[in-house]
Amino acid sequence: MPNMQQKKTPMPEQAPEVRCHNFAEVAEGYTEEMAKNEAQRCLNCKNKPCVSGCPVGVHIPDFIAHVANGEYEKAFQIIKLTNSLPAVCGRVCPQETQCESKCVRGLKGEPVGIGRLERFVSDWHMKHGTEESTKVPSNGHKVAIIGAGPSGLTCAGDLAAKGYQVTVFEALHVAGGVLMYGIPQFRLPKEIVQKEIDALKAKGVEVKTDMVIGKVLEIDELFDMGYEAVFIGTGAGLPNFMNIPGEALVGTYSANEFLTRVNLMKAYKPDYDTPAVPVHKVAVIGGGNVAMDAARTALRLGAEEVHVLYRRAEEQMPARREEVHHAKEEGVIFNFLTAPVRILGDDKGHVQEVECVKMQLGEPDASGRRRPVEIPGSNFKQSVDCVVVAIGNSPNPLIRSTTKGLEANHKGCVVVDEETMKTSREGVYAAGDAVSGAATVILAMGGGKAAANSIDAFIQGKNK
Amino acid sequence: MFQIVGKRKLNDSMTLMVVEAPFIAKKAKPGQFIILRVDEHGERIPLTIADYDRKTGTITIIYQVVGKTTMKLDQLQEGDALLDFVGPLGKPSELEGYHRAAVIGGGAGCAIAWPQAKALHQMGTKVDMIAGFRNKDIIILEDEMRAACDNLYLMTDDGSNGHKGFVTSALEENINNGAGYDLVVAIGPLVMMRAVVGVTKPKNIKTIVSMNPIMIDGTGMCGGCRLTVGGKTKFACVDGPDFDGFEVDFDETIRRSHTYYDEERRMAREEKCKLMEGAKNA
Ligand SMILES: Cc1cc2nc3c(=O)[nH]c(=O)nc-3n(C[C@H](O)[C@H](O)[C@H](O)COP(=O)(O)OP(=O)(O)OC[C@H]3O[C@@H](n4cnc5c(N)ncnc54)[C@H](O)[C@@H]3O)c2cc1C
Ligand SMILES: Cc1cc2nc3c(=O)[nH]c(=O)nc-3n(C[C@H](O)[C@H](O)[C@H](O)COP(=O)(O)OP(=O)(O)OC[C@H]3O[C@@H](n4cnc5c(N)ncnc54)[C@H](O)[C@@H]3O)c2cc1C
Ligand code: SF4
Ligand code: SF4
Ligand code: FES
Ligand SMILES: [Mg+2]
Repeated sequence: MPNMQQKKTPMPEQAPEVRCHNFAEVAEGYTEEMAKNEAQRCLNCKNKPCVSGCPVGVHIPDFIAHVANGEYEKAFQIIKLTNSLPAVCGRVCPQETQCESKCVRGLKGEPVGIGRLERFVSDWHMKHGTEESTKVPSNGHKVAIIGAGPSGLTCAGDLAAKGYQVTVFEALHVAGGVLMYGIPQFRLPKEIVQKEIDALKAKGVEVKTDMVIGKVLEIDELFDMGYEAVFIGTGAGLPNFMNIPGEALVGTYSANEFLTRVNLMKAYKPDYDTPAVPVHKVAVIGGGNVAMDAARTALRLGAEEVHVLYRRAEEQMPARREEVHHAKEEGVIFNFLTAPVRILGDDKGHVQEVECVKMQLGEPDASGRRRPVEIPGSNFKQSVDCVVVAIGNSPNPLIRSTTKGLEANHKGCVVVDEETMKTSREGVYAAGDAVSGAATVILAMGGGKAAANSIDAFIQGKNK
Repeated sequence: MFQIVGKRKLNDSMTLMVVEAPFIAKKAKPGQFIILRVDEHGERIPLTIADYDRKTGTITIIYQVVGKTTMKLDQLQEGDALLDFVGPLGKPSELEGYHRAAVIGGGAGCAIAWPQAKALHQMGTKVDMIAGFRNKDIIILEDEMRAACDNLYLMTDDGSNGHKGFVTSALEENINNGAGYDLVVAIGPLVMMRAVVGVTKPKNIKTIVSMNPIMIDGTGMCGGCRLTVGGKTKFACVDGPDFDGFEVDFDETIRRSHTYYDEERRMAREEKCKLMEGAKNA
């Protein structure tokens, strides 16, 4: 008999007034009892609607059935069949628009906590599982992966599992991409990401950090070195600015700089050498995950007041619901329908105020969302000393500008065949944010997976 | 890890280091830089590629000890290794097609100006190098600079080497004497570069400056290195570090370079104490 409890089994969390002063993980994870209880809410639907909402097709009811029976390792092995970074996805997937949005339990009450269960199973495996990291015998073919974000790592893992000799070239000093430099510790502990990367290495994937492809080596040279195919997973790391007056004042930062200092460089720890951004009264501009992460990081760095300025309405915010909820609990002040028009500085060129204008919702635009329009004369000034611009990122231009014959669109996204992830260059494949523009971890992984299959077919076809 | 295969003190605060980095040495061009990290707790700092040797696979850097990271770097000796060393970053300098150039270096900036002078000189451009230092005791790379140009003008702020004055006074004098420069390259403190542009702009002599804003990744990801050039936002790490001196907003860049000043000073003080403790206990 399934558990007909309408709400999800609550997730234990650090109390808001405690966690807003530390970088430890906010959500503490289910106990075995909680996980079993939540698993029993699943109806094991025959037609598995939830699976169609998952970009990598995790066998959701199957793994959940094992959780209900206390067979956690079996559950893990099922998830692992289609998802190579489950501990990450269980934490950061926007489940409310993916798997959980399709769950029938959501029709009356809350959907099954699929993400929470996925996280539980992965964490359980990390603690108790015995990883028999079997190195597949080499098939003698070499593939180069550029960028060690979720798309590149997934592509690398899948190819290694097929016997390819895979080398991942990463520009930064650590692998992980946004998982390491963007998403904060309190949402995705870096130790977990590192474990996933170590597991890949144990499978024989070689990771070379400090390698900026396009500068130290070009794609043509990778082919000369004997790599038979190249995968581009360089992400969307180029920060967009608003192009309003005052963005060059001291005290204005891109969210990438703000977050990179804290996450990648660990500026929040006293024994690390990178200075953190000085914060007191902060305005974060934007309404996505990046904005939520910046706002909550600012609180943890000791800011007295943190405002989020978003030009549309709350319902239109692209951030995960859970993160918005957490941010509110922690004391982030939300200013909806508010758009900055300029940043004002003092006589030393330091940020002093941000001038905003109030907006109202007008006609729907191309994306179907009602377009915000200015209310004339509604300008007001907010006193702040730090402005973090989190209005989005575009694909990294470096590869594009150094690779001959690699087609990109007007937004800078690498153009691929959507099924095979093939680019305009023979033997070169691409996926993730470099192709789609800033999207999600799981979509980047899905793309990496598809590319791995195409690369396999390409190399096997060539060598017939 | 990247092995240090050579280290030489140039003066009290400046050191030359040769580092094994074969991939970078293969590709490096004048005007490009590397980013290094000393150890696991270290920050990422950019340093210009002062020289490279494609055969031995080494890169030469020259740094001035100014704060915590350069202090830590200076603790390392030949045989030690750097944790991270990434490059070659930035665009190579575009130096082709000039007849007569003045290459100006200010203090530590001479380390960066020297390879530019060398590159120009090798291409057949007639090069005057103007190097400025506070006093004669801290003059560095005199022989190297002399070998990389046709005329070397060594200036000291206090006149202790017999040539008192700023680099701009030598530049103006040469121009007035009919040097006929079609290119000026200025590398050094921001205020020096601003002053050079103050001389060359009215005379419309093309001036390249090498900008050194605060960087983290060096790949165009953080936006920390942004500066305004000709009214547009540029990222020094990928669009530069060389820019048209007439177009750069120096005042803004000077302000932004002080963003982390308080924290940097605090860390430098602590590091100094630690080093002094260490010396006492040794
Ligand atoms: C702050 C923040 C929060 C986010 N929160 C979420 C969330 O909660 N849920 C979610 O699903 N998504 C979230 N996202 C989006 C998600 O992180 C990305 O969609 C995903 O990481 C894209 O993966 P990727 O592999 O395409 O690229 P990335 O993760 O960007 O990785 C690209 C890698 O390539 C490297 N690289 C770039 N150029 C080169 C080069 N020339 N040579 C070598 N290496 C190179 C980069 O250094 C980087 O490591 C968030 C993003 C940010 C910035
Ligand atoms: C492209 C480029 C090339 C450079 N080449 C050289 C060189 O060849 N030789 C040399 O001596 N110096 C060079 N610099 C400057 C050098 O990076 C700084 O002196 C160094 O980072 C100081 O670190 P610190 O911790 O010792 O000092 P700190 O006390 O931390 O800083 C002193 C000052 O250095 C600057 N600085 C601090 N951190 C950074 C950073 N991450 N990136 C850039 N500047 C920073 C700031 O203006 C700061 O006020 C270059 C900078 C750039 C951007
Ligand atoms: S990977 Fe993401 S979308 Fe798929 S089941 Fe897991 S949490 Fe849901
Ligand atoms: S739709 Fe919901 S209840 Fe049905 S199988 Fe999927 S998770 Fe279980
Ligand atoms: S150093 Fe980060 S964008 Fe230039
Ligand atoms: Mg420093």
